[in-house]
Amino acid sequence: MIEAILKYNYMQNALMAAILTSLICGIMGTIIVEKRLVSMSGGIAHASFGGIGLGYFLAIEPIIGGLLFATITSVSVGVIQRKTKNNADTIVSMFWSGGMALGIFFVALTPGYPPDMTSYLFGDILAVNQTYIRLMIILTLIILFIILPLFNYWKLYLFDEEYAKIMGVKVILLETVLYVLIALSIVILIKVVGVILSLALLTIPPTIAKLFTYQLKWMMGLSVLFGIIFSLMGLSLSYYVNIPSGATIILVAIGGYFLAVITKIMWHKRKHPKEDVML
Amino acid sequence: MSGIHIHNLEVRYDQVTALKDVTFDIKENEFLGIIGPNGGGKTTLVKAILGLIEPAVGTITVDHQDVIGYVPQMTTFDRQFPITVLEVILMGHLPRTIKIGHRFNEHDKNHAMMVMKRLKIEHLSKRQIGQLSGGQMQRVLIARALMNHPNILILDEPTASVDEKTKESIYRMLKELNKNMTVIMITHDTALMWPYLDRVIYINKTVHLHDQAKEGKTAEAMDTCPIDWFVEGEKIQKELLIGKGVKND
Ligand SMILES: Nc1ncnc2c1ncn2[C@@H]1O[C@H](COP(=O)(O)OP(=O)(O)OP(=O)(O)O)[C@@H](O)[C@H]1O
Ligand SMILES: [Mg+2]
Repeated sequence: MIEAILKYNYMQNALMAAILTSLICGIMGTIIVEKRLVSMSGGIAHASFGGIGLGYFLAIEPIIGGLLFATITSVSVGVIQRKTKNNADTIVSMFWSGGMALGIFFVALTPGYPPDMTSYLFGDILAVNQTYIRLMIILTLIILFIILPLFNYWKLYLFDEEYAKIMGVKVILLETVLYVLIALSIVILIKVVGVILSLALLTIPPTIAKLFTYQLKWMMGLSVLFGIIFSLMGLSLSYYVNIPSGATIILVAIGGYFLAVITKIMWHKRKHPKEDVML
Repeated sequence: MSGIHIHNLEVRYDQVTALKDVTFDIKENEFLGIIGPNGGGKTTLVKAILGLIEPAVGTITVDHQDVIGYVPQMTTFDRQFPITVLEVILMGHLPRTIKIGHRFNEHDKNHAMMVMKRLKIEHLSKRQIGQLSGGQMQRVLIARALMNHPNILILDEPTASVDEKTKESIYRMLKELNKNMTVIMITHDTALMWPYLDRVIYINKTVHLHDQAKEGKTAEAMDTCPIDWFVEGEKIQKELLIGKGVKND
């Protein structure tokens, strides 16, 4: 694969996309998992499909439409959740299915030959171009510049939001910024691994990382590392065997999860033969 | 530093009136116990004092120089969260206005170690919070509340999931802290708490019988909810309370 990377531009882009994806997923995924925003993230991902459809319909870059829908969804969920007593899950599911429905609706209305939506559903890392890489770099920098300098505040907000409120920290500000960041991340991920698979990449690496650490910063760091390993393995597998890259990356990640669980159990059995292992 | 004054307080949640006609003062440096049945409005009162809930009617006056430390009743956080005891305690010292690039320095860490020593939990500093027992967790939460140098400490049932022996040691520790700060504690353990408290108030929504209660000291009066029913540690009142099953509700 090394020769291919050296030789082909699209392979270089794919490699770069894999690394950036892993960075985004490691940091944002850890936050999503620890704040239990997995279903909300699913909702955002699926809602953005509506925007992608709209993009096709209006003949603009579909990802712009996706970005719009994702941001609107994430901010609305936050506001509705605060203003009403509704369970966030029910609101999220409305955006979830509504977004998908709108996506299909717009695509059907789009004149001419219907566009192939598979790449938005399942992603295509090999189709990522130079412009998109730049977009990813910008997003990654935004995430790093928002998360790292406020790390202690994020930690407090994620761990004990109620106490943050009591202390007088502006929780609503943190929440809104976080929701927008999640929306941005998901839309960026869509091009690489697709709507359906983006969730797996956000959640699997942090879940594995948590098996081995109990510090938030290490959980993020390890998640990034696992993300890189999985996406590179997935990428090379899909290159050699010629199977879709997004799906391969996810399957490798799931394989990695089971491997990690087994490793942890064996390691624990060796150190504490009598105790049950906590996963 | 002049205590907390609550005047004609009424707090509502949509249709439910949780507190009504509540008027009383919390004196500086007292050790105040708050008792009452489940749903009586104890947590609501504390949240109103903390400014987490707006009163529908009435006022709560807290001196602006007062710093309140708070140990919540139900910890809403996830015990499996990847965070150590030291990190949790340091959180109590985070500046409330968001500071870009904030890091805890050596001074903060030393302060945290000092607070932990005081609560006899310094050996736990590197543990993940999920590995703590109920009593250890309570001490960690008290330590977090102490990080901001409060002069008022409010605890909402800090000994709910703790064995009798640990309860006693937590009460003793609170009594020790009470030397330099007001301590307000919601509790159901009237019997155990008794020797430590300066005063007890009983809260059950409204205060309409408060004068009779004060004078009458009858079981019926207790039943109808006298907030401001101040008990100065007299034995008959203690028996009355326990006899009424306050301890078990
Ligand atoms: N967030 C809320 N929304 C609606 N009603 C609430 C809310 N919190 C409390 N209540 C209601 O207000 C009343 C007082 O509740 P509160 O939690 O203050 O009682 P408490 O005395 O602390 O009880 P406990 O001993 O069980 O902790 C109860 O009737 C309760 O149902
Ligand atoms: Mg309560």
